Amino acid sequence: MLRLEKRPQPSKNWSYGAPLLAVVLTIILGMGLFAILGKDPVIAIKTIFWDPVFGQFAHFYRPEVVKKAAPLVLIAVGLSFGFRAGIWNIGAEGQYIIGAICGAGVALAVYPYDTRWVLFPLMIVAGALGGFLWAMIPALLRVFFKTNEILVSLMLVYVAEVLIKAFSIGLLRNPEGYGMPGSRNLRQYPAAANLDLISGTGFHWGALTAVFAVVVAYVMFTRHQFGFNVRLAGQSPRAAGFAGVNANKLIIVCLGLSGAMAGLAGLFEVAGPSGQILGSFPSYYGFTAIIVAFLGRLNPIGILLAGLLMALTYIGGQAAEAQLNLPSAAILTFQGMLLFCLLAVDVLTNYRFKIGKAEVR
Amino acid sequence: MTLLDLQGLTKAYPGVVANSDISFAIGKGQIHALLGENGAGKSTLVKTIYGLVRPDAGTMTLEGAPFTPTDPRAARAAGIAMVFQHFSLFDALTVAENIALGMENPPKQRELAQRIREVSENYGLPLSPDRIVGDLSAGERQRVEIIRCLLQDPKLLIMDEPTSVLTPQEVEILFGTLRLLASEGTSILYISHKLEEIRALCEHATVLRLGKVVGTCDPRETTSRDMAELMVGSTLMTPKRDSETLGDDVLVIEGLTAPAPHQFGTALKNISVSVKSGEVLGIGGVAGNGQDELVAALSGEMPVSAAMVSLDGQAIGHLDPNTRRKIGLCAAPEERNGHAAAPDMTLTENALMTAKTRLGLSKNGFLDWASARDFALSVIDGFDVRTPGPETAARALSGGNLQKFVIGREILQKPRVLVVNQPTWGVDASAAAAIRQALLDLAGEGSAVVVISQDLDEILEIADRFAALNEGTLSPAVPTAGLTMERIGLMLGGAHDMEAAHVEA
Repeated sequence: MLRLEKRPQPSKNWSYGAPLLAVVLTIILGMGLFAILGKDPVIAIKTIFWDPVFGQFAHFYRPEVVKKAAPLVLIAVGLSFGFRAGIWNIGAEGQYIIGAICGAGVALAVYPYDTRWVLFPLMIVAGALGGFLWAMIPALLRVFFKTNEILVSLMLVYVAEVLIKAFSIGLLRNPEGYGMPGSRNLRQYPAAANLDLISGTGFHWGALTAVFAVVVAYVMFTRHQFGFNVRLAGQSPRAAGFAGVNANKLIIVCLGLSGAMAGLAGLFEVAGPSGQILGSFPSYYGFTAIIVAFLGRLNPIGILLAGLLMALTYIGGQAAEAQLNLPSAAILTFQGMLLFCLLAVDVLTNYRFKIGKAEVR
Repeated sequence: MTLLDLQGLTKAYPGVVANSDISFAIGKGQIHALLGENGAGKSTLVKTIYGLVRPDAGTMTLEGAPFTPTDPRAARAAGIAMVFQHFSLFDALTVAENIALGMENPPKQRELAQRIREVSENYGLPLSPDRIVGDLSAGERQRVEIIRCLLQDPKLLIMDEPTSVLTPQEVEILFGTLRLLASEGTSILYISHKLEEIRALCEHATVLRLGKVVGTCDPRETTSRDMAELMVGSTLMTPKRDSETLGDDVLVIEGLTAPAPHQFGTALKNISVSVKSGEVLGIGGVAGNGQDELVAALSGEMPVSAAMVSLDGQAIGHLDPNTRRKIGLCAAPEERNGHAAAPDMTLTENALMTAKTRLGLSKNGFLDWASARDFALSVIDGFDVRTPGPETAARALSGGNLQKFVIGREILQKPRVLVVNQPTWGVDASAAAAIRQALLDLAGEGSAVVVISQDLDEILEIADRFAALNEGTLSPAVPTAGLTMERIGLMLGGAHDMEAAHVEA
């Protein structure tokens, strides 16, 4: 009889090995899926995982992967603090949208002011502040009225979606846009545009911020009191109270931090790849980032890799849809398999398989 | 007359021999104690009898016939019943439903309820079959398990550390039941390391150490000390004070009043007491009378009005735990796993958890892991914590070892005031003696020590003064010198409404 036995302590090898095993399993399962759909499995996997990075048209795909990964990583790193502390911000998508509205709003309000070194930092501050304040709603409600932050933050996503639609046809509509919905395109507003730092790489200010966030978060978790408190509160809330961690303060800081980082991601997106405030701006980055955070095991470095992998499956998946005529549902299934395998294999970190009957010492 | 005879039972696990050539016999109607420290092999032995573990060598004979149970069901069929230390009950079901779940051929619910009532009536175990298990106290849950066993008419009842969850009153009820059972011819194998209980209850004791039988005795005619030394295998040190110089009041608690922090908590009512430099104050009482709340109010987890707690004249009642640590108040709560220590974190991280403030392990918020590791090592060395090293997760340590670590971590910070709750709970005799000695040494260096414990012997052994905590109020503290158990009993108060045992024996 096969059974699971709890390890006396988490296995170091498996905490690194599990994600790799999950990717391998996903590839095998995915090949089966694509074969059933009548496609050559090897070519399908190659189109998704290999071609966007090393293939003939990689110069076109690579920047797209970076642009997709940057907001995912930035948001996921912010979320990882709360998730490690057991504070569940599910509404990063909403904070992302509000960050975009606030950041773009600053630029559009002063248009055509053209001193970049004043305007761009101001937009960054406004974006972060917007996301922060939006996250403060669930944070303060939880602290003062014990509401559930999962529900409140999630519901605020829908409020934010309505708001951005309203702004795109109302206050922020492009006055020179012939009545079409949507704001001015910030990409064509040099003082406000978030363009590639090195042309043609997709590496914009948001990507730089994401890398910076990964480094800071890594240092926080390994060397700093704050990261320690976060981990302690997540693992043993009572022990955290005994160690002097103020639970309410932690809720506010963690939600505020993740909100601010989601807001930043929104600002960089609206000033860069997306360019304008539009009803279709919401991109589910805020939700996908939750998956990225867990794929990366709430570890900053892991999140960076998971964000790149996730972005790759998106871009590669789109390529596969176009080139191999795969239905988009197959690509979504494939992405689902990845998450499913990761969660399934995850159990090996804390448990091991034993063959035989239970016998207790 | 012999009921169960064990001959040469041996069971080895990779790297450790849990039982080595164990032989003894349990008589019919005998209450037989199995004594030993944590890891002595008691659990393996009873699991062998109960069919959970198959021995590598040796034989068992039950009423003259060879007894080789292949699984617990076979053991139960042969008349062996066991009450485990940890209960296996479903909170959402009633008592009768829970009992029916554990039976091979459960009778109809109404019939079963009737039988449960009979058994509970006959054996003085007040329990209604219709109650939901989730609403029962630990003692009542244990009764469910015992009644479940008694319904099988066992020949041998195995009790594994049955009193660790009981109040003294519940212990009395249990003992009454066990004596009655024995008088009717049921044998009882009683596993414990509480020596006073064994002396009160058992007629015969087998002592295990490191998997071997190291002695047998009649507990009624052997002192606790002799039995403890047999268990430990060496002479036991009695903790003693070097010097006995009391200084000024260090910790002053004045009119400490606080509402219950949660539904099942106890409110603290106007507690006033002071502890001098060099003094050990012992606070006794049955669990659930405000011990946790008092520790929380002192440690800072539950802030109160500033003036209610003061240290060296400074009002600290409103401060958070780390500010109190800086001023000099350290604490060790009762629950090791998840309160005093974080089970999934390493010992280094656990050391840092409370020691960072006093030992300066955090500079501008950045943690000094090297020093934290050194400190963890010094706790491990100083308090004989058995562990592969400071990078081990706390959950990998045995309860006693983790307790030594937790107490050592606080003592080595050299606090002005140390508050400990149940410092030797679940710790074996030699480790308990070491912890008590360390507490006395700390007092000897001029600290004030508050020991909250349900173990009255422990308090009498190390405390200078004694006070009783009863439903959130604290009696005046009296010197322990010349204090009798009777007087302590009166101080603890008869205010606990316990259903009196109804034992016809």
